[in-house]
Amino acid sequence: MSSRRSSSRQSGVSMNISDDQITDLVSKLQRLIPEIRNRRSDKVSASKVLQETCNYIRNLHREVDDLSDRLSQLLATTENDSAQAAIIRSLLM
Amino acid sequence: MNPQRLSLSFSSTSYKYRFVQGFIRALKRINRQKLATSLLSRSSPTEIYKRYLKVKSAADASMASAVGLRRAWSRALLQRIRDQERINFGNKYYKYCPAGTRIRGKSTTFTMIRNIKRSSDDRNCKDQESINNGALGWKANELRKLVPGGEAMDMCNLLDETAHYIKCLATQVKLMKRIADFASA
Repeated sequence: MSSRRSSSRQSGVSMNISDDQITDLVSKLQRLIPEIRNRRSDKVSASKVLQETCNYIRNLHREVDDLSDRLSQLLATTENDSAQAAIIRSLLM
Repeated sequence: MNPQRLSLSFSSTSYKYRFVQGFIRALKRINRQKLATSLLSRSSPTEIYKRYLKVKSAADASMASAVGLRRAWSRALLQRIRDQERINFGNKYYKYCPAGTRIRGKSTTFTMIRNIKRSSDDRNCKDQESINNGALGWKANELRKLVPGGEAMDMCNLLDETAHYIKCLATQVKLMKRIADFASA
């Protein structure tokens, strides 16, 4: 009882795990992953989706690492305030 | 760009704006710390590595802060970064979690573990065991290691959090790329 209460407060999703729910969530993930989205095939198995998700997350982590490395070397140039304003403006266009 | 579409799309301006603001502020702070160190040690490999770690942790924390405490992954990530900072730099560096912000990390984890154990009692639930032992369960465990806080999530929450996490990570990468391109121009 308390588990159900706190879990629905947690995520807003019912804790009754049904096959349909899992299929829906997996297909939602499927739409987010560029690899699968570009292949235009509807018949991707759930485990393939999860595998591609893992690969995609690892790629993103690696990109964050590379960009952090690059940024830490470029550090001095991001200092002054006008640069900051310009960055924010250009990024949100 | 149509302003109405902006507010409806996921990568809303407020996420991006909060991330960029927090991240740039952190970069300035890291730069100040760099200038405060002596000229000799500034470019030693250790210092360079430490700076890289700080930038990376700043980026992750800025994104998690922009999302706030409403997602399990952002809570877990903020908790992890806070713990790491405490280990590395001592108690005065709680930058991303201002005093008074209670991250309900531990209690959330125990609640979720209790949910997993109890879900087999619920007649309407598909057995969590069978999900975990099926083909999906094995892949899901890999996913759990990648998503912050994934260890204690059941399948539904894990998939839901993963979708949001991926969107935020992709946004983070895109914005970091633009900042880096701008800074190197």
